[in-house]
Amino acid sequence: MLKLEKRAQPSQVWTYATPLLAVLVTMVAGGLMFAALGEAPVTAIRTIFWDPLFGQFAAFSRPQLLVKAAPLILIAVGLSFGFRAGIWNIGAEGQYIMGAICAAAVGLAFYPLEARWLIFPLMILAGLLGGMGWAMIPALLRVRFGTNEILVSLMLVYVAESLLATMALGPLRNPDGMGFPGSRNLSQYASSANLELIARTGMHWGVVFALVSVILAYGLLSRHIFGFNVRLSGDSPKAAAFSGVQPGRLIIACMAISGALAGAAGMFEVAGPSGQISIDFNVGYGFTAIIVAYLGRLHPLGILLAGFLMALTYIGGEVAQLTLGLPRSAIQLFQGMLLFFLLAMDLLTNYRVRFTKTGGA
Amino acid sequence: MSSETLLSLKGLTKAYPGVVANSDVSFDIRAGEIHALLGENGAGKSTLVKTIYGLVKPDRGEMVLGGAPYHPAEPRAARTAGVAMVFQHFSLFDALNVAENIALGMEDPPRQRDLAMQIRKVSDDYGLPLDPTRIVGELSAGERQRVEIVRCLLQNPRLLIMDEPTSVLTPQEVQILFQTLRQLSSEGTSILYISHKLEEIRALCQHATILRLGKVVGTCDPRRTQARDMAEMMVGTSLLTPEKAPGEIGEVVLELRKLSAPPPHQFGSALREISVSVRKGEVLGIGGVAGNGQDELLAALSGEMTTPNDMVMIKGQPSGALGPTARRRAGLCAAPEERNGHAAAPDMSLTENALLSGRVRRGLTSRGFVDWPAARDFADEIIATFDVRTPGADNMARSLSGGNLQKFVIGREILQKPDVLIVNQPTWGVDAAAAAAIRQALLDLALDGAAVVVISQDLDELMEISDRFAALNEGRLSAPRAAKGLSVEEIGLMLGGAHDMEVAHAEA
Amino acid sequence: MDISSINWALLLASLMVAATPILLAAIGELVVERAGVLNLGVEGMMISGAVCGFIVAHHSGSPWLGFLGAALGGAALSVLFAVLVLNLLSNQVATGLALTLFGLGMSSLVGRGYNGIKAPVFDKVDIPLLSDIPVLGPILFQHDLMVYLGLALVISTWAVLNHTRAGLILRAVGENHEAAHALGYKVVGIRYLAIMFGGACAGLGGAYISLVRVPQWTDGMTAGAGWIALAIVVFAGWKPWRLLIGAYLFGGVTVLQLNLQAAGVAIPVEYLSMSPYIATILVLVIMSAGRAPGSLGRTFHASR
Repeated sequence: MLKLEKRAQPSQVWTYATPLLAVLVTMVAGGLMFAALGEAPVTAIRTIFWDPLFGQFAAFSRPQLLVKAAPLILIAVGLSFGFRAGIWNIGAEGQYIMGAICAAAVGLAFYPLEARWLIFPLMILAGLLGGMGWAMIPALLRVRFGTNEILVSLMLVYVAESLLATMALGPLRNPDGMGFPGSRNLSQYASSANLELIARTGMHWGVVFALVSVILAYGLLSRHIFGFNVRLSGDSPKAAAFSGVQPGRLIIACMAISGALAGAAGMFEVAGPSGQISIDFNVGYGFTAIIVAYLGRLHPLGILLAGFLMALTYIGGEVAQLTLGLPRSAIQLFQGMLLFFLLAMDLLTNYRVRFTKTGGA
Repeated sequence: MSSETLLSLKGLTKAYPGVVANSDVSFDIRAGEIHALLGENGAGKSTLVKTIYGLVKPDRGEMVLGGAPYHPAEPRAARTAGVAMVFQHFSLFDALNVAENIALGMEDPPRQRDLAMQIRKVSDDYGLPLDPTRIVGELSAGERQRVEIVRCLLQNPRLLIMDEPTSVLTPQEVQILFQTLRQLSSEGTSILYISHKLEEIRALCQHATILRLGKVVGTCDPRRTQARDMAEMMVGTSLLTPEKAPGEIGEVVLELRKLSAPPPHQFGSALREISVSVRKGEVLGIGGVAGNGQDELLAALSGEMTTPNDMVMIKGQPSGALGPTARRRAGLCAAPEERNGHAAAPDMSLTENALLSGRVRRGLTSRGFVDWPAARDFADEIIATFDVRTPGADNMARSLSGGNLQKFVIGREILQKPDVLIVNQPTWGVDAAAAAAIRQALLDLALDGAAVVVISQDLDELMEISDRFAALNEGRLSAPRAAKGLSVEEIGLMLGGAHDMEVAHAEA
Repeated sequence: MDISSINWALLLASLMVAATPILLAAIGELVVERAGVLNLGVEGMMISGAVCGFIVAHHSGSPWLGFLGAALGGAALSVLFAVLVLNLLSNQVATGLALTLFGLGMSSLVGRGYNGIKAPVFDKVDIPLLSDIPVLGPILFQHDLMVYLGLALVISTWAVLNHTRAGLILRAVGENHEAAHALGYKVVGIRYLAIMFGGACAGLGGAYISLVRVPQWTDGMTAGAGWIALAIVVFAGWKPWRLLIGAYLFGGVTVLQLNLQAAGVAIPVEYLSMSPYIATILVLVIMSAGRAPGSLGRTFHASR
C-alpha cells in the first residue's frame, strides 16, 4: 500500500527534478501515442525535439525558436505573479489579442507616416495598455463585485476573438486588400515593423522585452516587498491580510502585470512574425503560456527554460506535420499531457511516498 | 454503579514517523464511570481517543469492549458497537441544519420529521434545548456542542467520549453539562472525559488516567488527589507560576469609543458599541465564550478590519481607518489566535514570517526592497530570545510544533517593542511550560510600559495575568473590573451566564 | 431589418434545445462542486463527449449508443482529473485547466477524418396529446428525448441532494471534508463518484451539440459552452432549480442572437455572436449571491 506523508520542508531536489521527469515521461507517453497513430515513436520524438535544432532544415527552424518562445515567456512571466497569489487570469489569450488590435490600430492610424522613433514606441505602449485594460475588466469586477475572475477572463477571450474578426473584416481591413479580410502588413511598414535585430536569429524586440521581463520579475519576486506579498497571499490569504496586504490592490496589480505583458506579446507578434491583424491571428499562445508558467515552477528563470522547450514542441510539431503528416492536434495533446504529468509529479515535492505493508493491526 | 469493566485497553501502541504517539497504553473503563484522561498537548490523548473511535489503527495492542474483542475499522463500526464521541473541532457542518447534522452522525437515521421529534425529546430529557431546524453556522459555541452531545445520545451509547468539552462554555454552562454527564453516568453510560483542567476533573470524575509523552504515567482517584500532584504527574516537573510584579500604570494609549462593526461574513459576529481604555503598564483581560466576537475584535484592533476613524484611538490619534501596517507604525502590534495561516504563513520560512509583521517597526525594507539579512537576524533574535525549538530560521513555519510557533509569533510582536499589544488566545493548545513562558513575557512587556490586551477563553489564565477583566458577550464588552477578588460566579455572570440552558429535569 | 419576421414560438422551442447542452454539463458540475471539488475541465470533457458520441453514433448508426459512448468518454476523462486531485493532491484549478487543454487536443486528434460528416438523425418525439396544444405544444412538447432527460436530471438531482441520505452525505463532504472524514465517511470515494457523474453529464452535453444541435463534428465546436456551464453553476448559487433559469437565459440569448442574425438586423454578426459571453459576464456580476460549498476547491489529505 502507498501512503503519503506531508514533508516538513518541500524537497529541493524534487522541485527541480519534477519538471525534467515530467518532460521525460511525456516523451515516453507521447511516443506510445505516436505509435498508436502508426508512427515510429522514436522518429516522431526525434522530429519534434531534435530536428528543429540540429536536423537538415535547422538553419530555417532555429530562429523560429526565439520567435515562438518570446510571446510564451512574456505571457507566462506575467501570469506567474497572479498564479502565485491565487489570482487566476486564464484569459491571457484575450489580452494578447487586444494588445495586438490596439497596437495595430495605432500603427495603422499613422500609415504611411515615416516616424519610427514615435510610432513604434507608441505601438508598444498601446499593446501594453490594450492588454492591461482588457485584464482590468475581470480584475475590477472581482474587486468590486466578487465576480469569479477565472470565468470572466475566459469569457472575454471569446469576446476578444469576435472583436478580432470584426476588426479584420471592418475598421482595420486593408483598403488596398481587394476586399480580402485582414489589415495592412505592419511588418512591411518601416515605422511599425518589429524587425529582426540580428539577421537570421529570430531575435526581435519582443525577445528583448521577454528577457528584460524575466530579469525584472526575478528581482521583484525575490528582493521586493511586492513579490513577498504575492507569495504570502498565495500561501495564506489571511496571513497576508494580517501582514497588511490589501487584497484588492494585489489583484489589480497582478492582473495589470499579466494583461500588460500579454498585450505586449500581441503587439510584437502583430508587428513582426504575423505582420497583420487577421481572423486567425491568435494561435493559442495565451493558453500554452499557462503550461509554460507551471512547467517553469512559476519561477522566472524556470519560465525562460520552459518557454524554449514549449517553443520547441511548436516548431517540432510543425516539422512533424510537414514531414510525417502528424496532425497539429497531436502537439496540443502532447502539451496537455506534459501539464498533467507535471501536476501529478508535484506530489513528490511536498509529500513523501512510503510503501507500507497492507493489512491492518 | 457496577464495577464491571466496559472497555479494556491492552498495550496500545501507535507510532508516526518521528514520534511515538501512544506507547503500550493500558487501562480499563468501568461501566457507568466517568473516567478522566489527563495529559498535556501532545501527550497522545487524541491519538488514543481516535483509536477507540476507529479513526486510527493501532500498530500493536488490543481492545476489549463489553467482553468481546473490539477493533473498529472505521467510526461507523465504533458507533454500532456503542461508542460515541463529542469532538473538540471539525465535526459539524455550518451550512446544514441541526437535524441534518445529527442524522449524519447516526447509522440509521429516522425520517427527518421523526428525527426532529426525537431531538426535541432527548434535549428536553437532558436539559439541552435545541431547535432541529436551525442552521448550525448560526449557533453559539455552547449550542454547537449541544448538537454534538444530542447526536451521541440519540444512539444510546455505552461509552461517550468527550474531548475537551468545557473550553467553549461559561462556568454556569459547565455546571449544567456536568449535571447532564452525571445523569448519564447514573443511567449506566460510561464517559471518557478528556481534559487538562484539573479542577473540573476533580469535581466530576471517579477515576483518572494520566498520559505523558504517549505513556501512562499514573492513575488516581481525582476526588482524593491534590490538583498540584496531578499537574506534576502530567507535566513531569514542578511548574513555575508567572510572577506579576507591581508596575506603574501610566496614561491611556488605546481607547475604543463605541466601536461597532457589522459581521464580516455570514457566520461571524457583530461588534456593538465597545468602549474601553487601556493604560500603559496595564494588562486588560477580555474573557468570553468562543464565537462572541473575539476574532472580530482582534481584527478591528489589528487593522485587518477598518472602522470609522474615531472609534479606535491609538495614543490619542484617531486610527480606526488605518490598516495593519499604519497601526504598527503607530505602535500597535497584534497576534491573532490562529497561528498557522493567520499569524504565520505555514509554507514560508521563519525568516519570511519574521518579515511578515516586523517589516515596519524593525525597518526590514528600504524603498520597497527587502533587507533579507536583517530579516534573518530578526528571526534569529526571536528564536534565541523566546527559546523557539527549531533547526534554524530557514525552516517552514509549519514544521514547528504548536507551542514553538506560538512562542515565535508572540515573540515576534513583543520584540517590536509595541506600545500596545493585542493577543488572542496566546496559549491555546500550548504545553504548560511554553504557556508559562508566554504569560511571563506578556507580563514583562507590561512592566516595561506597554498596554497589553489579552483576549482568551481560559479564565484561569486571565485571572493570573490581568489587572482588569472584562467579558465579551454577543459582541458587547462589559465594563472592566479589577481582576483581583473576582469570584467564579461573578465572572460567569459577566460572560452571559448560562444563556438559555436549563438544568436537567431531575425526575421527569 | 425585420424583427417581426422572427417566429417567437419557434424561437422559444429552439431555446430549450439551445439550453440543453449547457444544462446537462452544468448539472453534472453542480454535483461535483457540491461535493467540494472544482473541476474547471468541463469544456475538455464536453468536447471529448462530443467527439466520442459522434464517432460511436456514426459507426453504430445509433444516436443513443452515441450518447452512451459520450457519457463513458466524459467519465473516463474525469477519472484522470479525479486521480490527480484526489490521489495525487494536485491543485484543482490548474488540473482542471490541464484537463481542458488535454481534452481539446485529444478530441481534435481523435476526430480527424470525421470533420464535415453528418450525424445520424436523432428523432424528435411528439408527446401524444400534449404536443397538439396550440403554441405551447410546439414550444414544450415536440422535442427529442434528451431535452426531457436533461430536465429529468435536474429534478432528480434536486430530489437526491435535498431528500435522500446519499445527497446529505454528498453535501456534508462538500461542506466540511474534515468533519465528514471524522464521522467516518469516505471523502475520496464519494468525490470519485461525483466527479465521474460530472464527467458523464458533460459528455452528454457535448454529444448533444455534435449529434443534435449542429449535427456534425468540427474541431473546438463546444466554443466555450463548458465555461458557460461553470458560470451558470455560480449564477445558480449551487441550487439545481436556479440552474434551469440560468441555462434557459443563456439559451435565450443564443437563440435570439441567431435569429437576429438571420433576420438581418443591422448589427454586425460579430457583435451578436459575442453577446452570449457578455450576457454570461453580466449575469455573473449581478447574481453571484449564493454561498459556495465550504470545502470547494480545497485539497483533502487525511492525515492523522
